[in-house]
Amino acid sequence: MSKELGPVIEMREISKSFGSNPVLKAVDFSVEVGEVHALAGENGAGKSTLMKILQGVYQKDSGSIYISGSKVEITDTFSAKKVGIGMVFQEFSLIPSLTVAQNIFLTNEPTKYGLIRDSKAKSLATELFKTMEVDLDPGRLVESLPTALWQLTEIAKALAQDAKILIMDEPTASLAKHETEGLFSLIQRLKKKGISIIYISHRMDEIYRIADRITVLRDGSRVLTSRLEDLTPEKIVEAIVGREASAHLLHHDRSENISEEIVLELENLTCGSKVQGVSLKLRRGEILGLAGLMGSGRTELLNTVFGVLRPTSGTISINGKRIRNNSPSDAISNRIALIPEDRRSQGLVLDHAVTENLTLPLIDQLTVAGLLSSKKVLKKSQEIIKQFEIKLAHPEIKVGSLSGGNQQRVVIGKWLATDPEILMMDEPTAGVDIGTKGEILDLVRTIANSGKSIILISSELPELLSVSDRILVMKDGRVSKSLDRKEIPNEEYLQLAIQGAS
Amino acid sequence: MSNQTAFAPILSRLKRFEWRQNIIYIAFVAVFLLFAVLLRDSGFTNPNNLMNILRQTATITVMAVAMTYVIAAAEIDLSVGSIAGLSSVVTAMSISSWGLVPGIMAGLSVGLVAGAISGGLVAWLKVPSFLVTLGMLGLLVGVARWITASAPIPIADQTYIAIFGGGQLGPVPTIFIWVTLVVGIGAIVMNKTKFGRHVRATGGNLVAAGYTGVKTARVKFIVLMLSGGGAALAGMLYAGRLQSGRFQWGTGDELSVIAAVILGGTSLFGGRGQVIGSLFGAVFIGLINNGLILMGLDVSQQQVVRGAIIILAVALSRKK
Repeated sequence: MSKELGPVIEMREISKSFGSNPVLKAVDFSVEVGEVHALAGENGAGKSTLMKILQGVYQKDSGSIYISGSKVEITDTFSAKKVGIGMVFQEFSLIPSLTVAQNIFLTNEPTKYGLIRDSKAKSLATELFKTMEVDLDPGRLVESLPTALWQLTEIAKALAQDAKILIMDEPTASLAKHETEGLFSLIQRLKKKGISIIYISHRMDEIYRIADRITVLRDGSRVLTSRLEDLTPEKIVEAIVGREASAHLLHHDRSENISEEIVLELENLTCGSKVQGVSLKLRRGEILGLAGLMGSGRTELLNTVFGVLRPTSGTISINGKRIRNNSPSDAISNRIALIPEDRRSQGLVLDHAVTENLTLPLIDQLTVAGLLSSKKVLKKSQEIIKQFEIKLAHPEIKVGSLSGGNQQRVVIGKWLATDPEILMMDEPTAGVDIGTKGEILDLVRTIANSGKSIILISSELPELLSVSDRILVMKDGRVSKSLDRKEIPNEEYLQLAIQGAS
Repeated sequence: MSNQTAFAPILSRLKRFEWRQNIIYIAFVAVFLLFAVLLRDSGFTNPNNLMNILRQTATITVMAVAMTYVIAAAEIDLSVGSIAGLSSVVTAMSISSWGLVPGIMAGLSVGLVAGAISGGLVAWLKVPSFLVTLGMLGLLVGVARWITASAPIPIADQTYIAIFGGGQLGPVPTIFIWVTLVVGIGAIVMNKTKFGRHVRATGGNLVAAGYTGVKTARVKFIVLMLSGGGAALAGMLYAGRLQSGRFQWGTGDELSVIAAVILGGTSLFGGRGQVIGSLFGAVFIGLINNGLILMGLDVSQQQVVRGAIIILAVALSRKK
């Protein structure tokens, strides 16, 4: 790191309030040239507000921003871009119907006599990918690319605009392991070129792997800035949640809560090429973890059990009785519930009130003379809200206005209110902060202790290891390993099993 | 083995071939050949008949080119038919009062102003274009009837009729020159200029386009204003061909225009715009109208078939 160059960004005493609600309180934040600086904090701690001020989406109330030593006023996204700030969005910012090259040079198109030269854009993009050491055909339509390549396109787009600072917000959230590795090595190469990266993440292992320094925000204030080698993960978690890290991530032996009774049995369940001959037994009170890479068939397996996908062969039995789930409503009447991965698109109607979302699967029970009773709906909702400690101002507010953790509680509450015996959850902690994560994991344990059986998919291994009683590793649509929790000595062992090395 | 490897590139090409976007060309050729065989005794392939089809679809084509931009930006304009009617009336009245050039200017301004009002409401007040232009559809017909007392206004200016109607430049009917100009400029601007690219970006992902620096509100304003301008030109072509201005000219055209654009491969959900496809879509609809008439179907039956085609077009445009 070149000390004499000084910080590329220096934000001094930035404050911002929305109405009477202070979101940032005199926050200092600086990034050196060629540094990867991790930014951490719970949802609502002020990370995204701070970054949006840097990008010109929000205006600061007070404080000052220096870029490479000179004071700048960032009034909108254009001026942010002009001073070299590029953003790799969590929610992708590409136009699906345009090609990779067209996206990279959008608003920056090379022209001749007023006409765009797509061939020139394409060769420039090819050059760019070459310097990034990435193999990607710039002529392809973005909508035809897998997620990992969308992200690379976004990075290329930022670099094409001569960004000196890249802001990456949870960039690995939707990447498989090897894609994450690719991203990390790209970050290393960018660093060498003197590009600074602000890396927002909830994942401790990633922060340790690639970041030089970390800044933690809590309740709008900066509570920690330090080089990572001077810090233990416990210290970081403590800074984030503001209390000693609780025991959420410790595994508890729950064997006394698991009965011998088999609740769900799958025999040779097959669904196209995605699920191939999966057999498993789930006992009452058991938490069964499903591990595997993206595309290993975990989600498809749950979808097949839930009746979203139709099995091509094999059987599903509940309490020893063979059943057929031709649709999710069959599965619900067989007392199975599925909490899908993407709660925004599959689990909730964000624009509808919390009450409407909570009672959607229960609607048949909440009628008077065939018409929906709003009194019953409200009463039932309040019961669920209380039971799952959903924090909200009023049960009639839109779900979309709740925090990620509370949204997830609404989803879980909604499905548990149908009183399922078997609850399947696909990445229940994706996109929530550490504090909420722990609460969700505790909730999962409580649900299982009450005699329900749970199948849980998670790509975060510490999490999977902390709650599961048994872990099935899936690969290419098959169960490649079935491991009792006690047989797994550590995370590396499970990681190797997933990669198929052992 | 060698066979497989030889076919692999062709197969992957076939897989990548965008059926949805190119179906219009296949359908066009298929229907043309079908009619050519079925109606060979009714004079379908007679050059005069084919010329007539092109002449009659010219107005739809002009509006469809502008509508391609509106739909590519994920908006809609239902007022094009009414703008055409009002523009024909205003042109006719202005020519008789003030002469040729003021007449043309007045007719064109009607469309640009109406489009700018819709565009302003959509772009800056965020009123959905469906509602704004639905309101405009009724409003503008009302204005056209009001100022003419529902009566046709004849046009006697022969220069106007020559330029916008039945005239010829050498062997080429002027109406074809208009169509060629509009389609040519429309296609180049859509595919080769920043503006066209920004229209597709706005329709493809509004938020992303905004963050990237595309002025999305301005794009929406301009496409609706252009659509008004295109519709006004179409109204003036009606006035030239029919030698009068009348509020009915263009009535109901919005449906044919939208159908032509969607058939041509532009996505109703925005992000894609195929100007040449829209030309073929418009002529395709003309082809079918003409064929149905030659087959002896009456107006009501034609309406049924046209309606079915529109449903088919929209069904084809659904998201994958």
